[in-house]
Amino acid sequence: MNSPQTPLVDSRFPGLRRRGFLAGAAAMAGLGALAVTGCAGSGTAGTAGEGDGKPRRGGRLRAAFAGGGASETLDPHLANLFADVARAKALFDKLADYGADLSARPRLASAWEPNAGLDRWKVTLREAAFHDGRPVTAEDVLYSYRRIADPGKAFRAKASLEPIDLAASRALDPRTVEFVLKRPTAEFPNVLAAFGAYIVPRGHQDFDGEPVGSGPFRFVSFAPGRSAVLRRNEDYWDGAPYLDEVEFVVANEESARINALLGGQVEYAHELNPATARAHEGKGHIEIVRLRNSVMQSFAMKTDRPPFDDKRVREAFFLIADREELVDGALSGTGEIGNDLFGKGYEYYAAHLPQRAQDLDRAKALLRQAGAERLKVTLDTSPVAAGFTEAAAIFRDQAAKAGVTVEIRTSSKDSYWKDILDSGTLCSYRSGAMPIEAHISQRLLTGSTTNATKWRHKDFDALYQQAQSTKDKQERAAVYERMQRRLYAEGGFLVWGFADWIIGTARTVRGVAAEAPANSLDWARFDKVWLA
Amino acid sequence: MRGLPSWIARRLLLGVAQTAAVVLLVFALTEALPGDAAVALAGDQPDPERIAAIREALHLDRPAHERLLEWAGGLAHGDFGTSLASGRPVSTYITGGFGPTLLLASLTVVLLVPAGVGLGVLAARHEGRFVDRFVSSVTLGVYAVPEFAFGVLLTTVFALRLGWLPPTAVGYGTDLPAHPAALVLPVLVLLSRPVCSLARLVRAGMIDALASPYVAQARRYGVPGARVRYGHALPNAITPAAQQLARTIDWLLCGVIVVEALYVIPGLGTVLMNAVAERDVPVVQGLAVVFGVTTVALNLGADLVARRFAPRSEVAA
Repeated sequence: MNSPQTPLVDSRFPGLRRRGFLAGAAAMAGLGALAVTGCAGSGTAGTAGEGDGKPRRGGRLRAAFAGGGASETLDPHLANLFADVARAKALFDKLADYGADLSARPRLASAWEPNAGLDRWKVTLREAAFHDGRPVTAEDVLYSYRRIADPGKAFRAKASLEPIDLAASRALDPRTVEFVLKRPTAEFPNVLAAFGAYIVPRGHQDFDGEPVGSGPFRFVSFAPGRSAVLRRNEDYWDGAPYLDEVEFVVANEESARINALLGGQVEYAHELNPATARAHEGKGHIEIVRLRNSVMQSFAMKTDRPPFDDKRVREAFFLIADREELVDGALSGTGEIGNDLFGKGYEYYAAHLPQRAQDLDRAKALLRQAGAERLKVTLDTSPVAAGFTEAAAIFRDQAAKAGVTVEIRTSSKDSYWKDILDSGTLCSYRSGAMPIEAHISQRLLTGSTTNATKWRHKDFDALYQQAQSTKDKQERAAVYERMQRRLYAEGGFLVWGFADWIIGTARTVRGVAAEAPANSLDWARFDKVWLA
Repeated sequence: MRGLPSWIARRLLLGVAQTAAVVLLVFALTEALPGDAAVALAGDQPDPERIAAIREALHLDRPAHERLLEWAGGLAHGDFGTSLASGRPVSTYITGGFGPTLLLASLTVVLLVPAGVGLGVLAARHEGRFVDRFVSSVTLGVYAVPEFAFGVLLTTVFALRLGWLPPTAVGYGTDLPAHPAALVLPVLVLLSRPVCSLARLVRAGMIDALASPYVAQARRYGVPGARVRYGHALPNAITPAAQQLARTIDWLLCGVIVVEALYVIPGLGTVLMNAVAERDVPVVQGLAVVFGVTTVALNLGADLVARRFAPRSEVAA
């Protein structure tokens, strides 16, 4: 799409232009080498290219996200889109947040200590202040959580905070909260890090007018669907950001985001297509950052109804999938193959289970045993997420080789997630990053509200309860491993891949974390970014 | 011009009926879409309890006709209702999106008329010769290119390769007049197709008019060529063109959606797209009223122009 030559030479060797033809030819010869360094740099963006080293203060970074148009809000508890979360993260803090392996890391909470029964947690707050100077106190924490849990409202983090008995929880002193839980919860810190569980100062506040948080940036201005400008918070407890200002702009069209980045109108473009990334990677104009393991890609089989109520059929489907082909075709190769388990690379992931590969003979034999020869299934899919419809078509062809007829049904984008929850038998499914424990509790327990595979087993529920009441981490890991073995053998999620999340940055941007799945702490985090 | 007030009154009444019909249709269609605002808001976390809570909070559990009536009642005293997605008044959505769209549309129209008429007259004057064939084939060719493709092409060449113009208006918000360079490409894309159709229409009208008996008569009286062309032939050619222009402005509102998405201009098109995706019925409804009223007013204006320039053709309501 772009000429890879002149701007590249200009920016890499500013002196060359004046020296004319010979120098230009030398630069051309160096092009191959530059492409190589560009590629290598993309793995650890921020260290590529010249001018790295010490972080530099100053400058405004403009970041383009896909957004929600005129309906956007700065209320962090309403955060639903990536753009909302990125803005909320700049303005507010959570008690904890996820590291690259999706384990909870302390943020506003400096420490947490459970009782022996794991159903009372004492959380100590660090010394931090809101933008208006008031200290962050235990009362603010309780106010925030009670606001999220308000039965009359539908804030997203409400379900995550469900284990907490907020009526019984109390502030022991200004910097200590005692959370009383409804049941033992060993992974309680995950609740503190939940999507949308931000701490706001107590009392009513006008979030769109002048939001006050304790985050690394202070509010300057906001126009829904257009732009939000934030300024460095010099007093931030985690160190003041390097940037003077960060501006979030909204561009829903991917082509607009990449054009704005290429044209120098923004320095950070969130959520790019694999094809775009391939076209620009290593060309020297922009940096492409791939956040590994960000999106789990799978097909969900409803385990409570034919044909998938027979675990032999489910295993046959596991064996039908050629995962390499799916990753190459549907994700343009920007991802890794999956092994029918959520959370590759995350804490507690059962990494040593053998990698499943396509085995059509065994799949056919299993289908024969199950009496499901010449099986016909409908696969629900939708253009709601990148790669869905492509993956469905590829899987259809793979299934045909095992004698299974897959009929693809494409449904509406806007109601897809609700439609597939209860109806159909097989559907395209994806999930953003979350701890394995959260994936299990939200989707794989009898009482889970978004159980798309209808996986309901009392003994599995019991294992989850056991894990949650096991204080010793090693023992807990062993329980998680048992659960994952079960899912690997006969679960409903055919996890064929993990897609990278692709971000483009200008070449002057440094400090963008590459080891940060979307939704984790370092993703879309601008207080550690600087402009070289 | 006898009966003009009653004619206008009839047209206005018809316009109100048309707008009401559009609003009803839009409401029915939005209701018929799968899912509602609660489902759209729940996104990939379709927790049934949460959906039920949102639905209750938004009063979506009430029957459709009740919600429509309440909305229409508010409209009667100028209240467009509140957005389901954000709780902000719909009027802020409309006023917020109106500026950029109006700017784009009016710039386009301002440039469209001289460009379209000029090209049409030029082609008509050289009927059958090279200039005519050139104008005709280029206009036909450009007309065939969809806006999105044309926009991508222009951006790639003029913004990314040559670097003459900014590729998008991202972050400028409603402050577009301060960044006129960002408007060039969007306006070009919006102009591309209407200029072509207008030029072809004017060309055809001019050729007809120039061949008509009254022009021949004027020539026999020795009226100068320019006066014949612009004073006698052009007004007759303009009549169909004015009506085409009104239709073009309706069409601009659609073209604007594509252009706004491509160049990140936060106008009505963007508001509409998001509102449909969010099943934000009050916003969609409010926009339907605005679009309906605009269309009716423009067509009324075009018919008035037509009556003024060619009273004999007696445009019927």
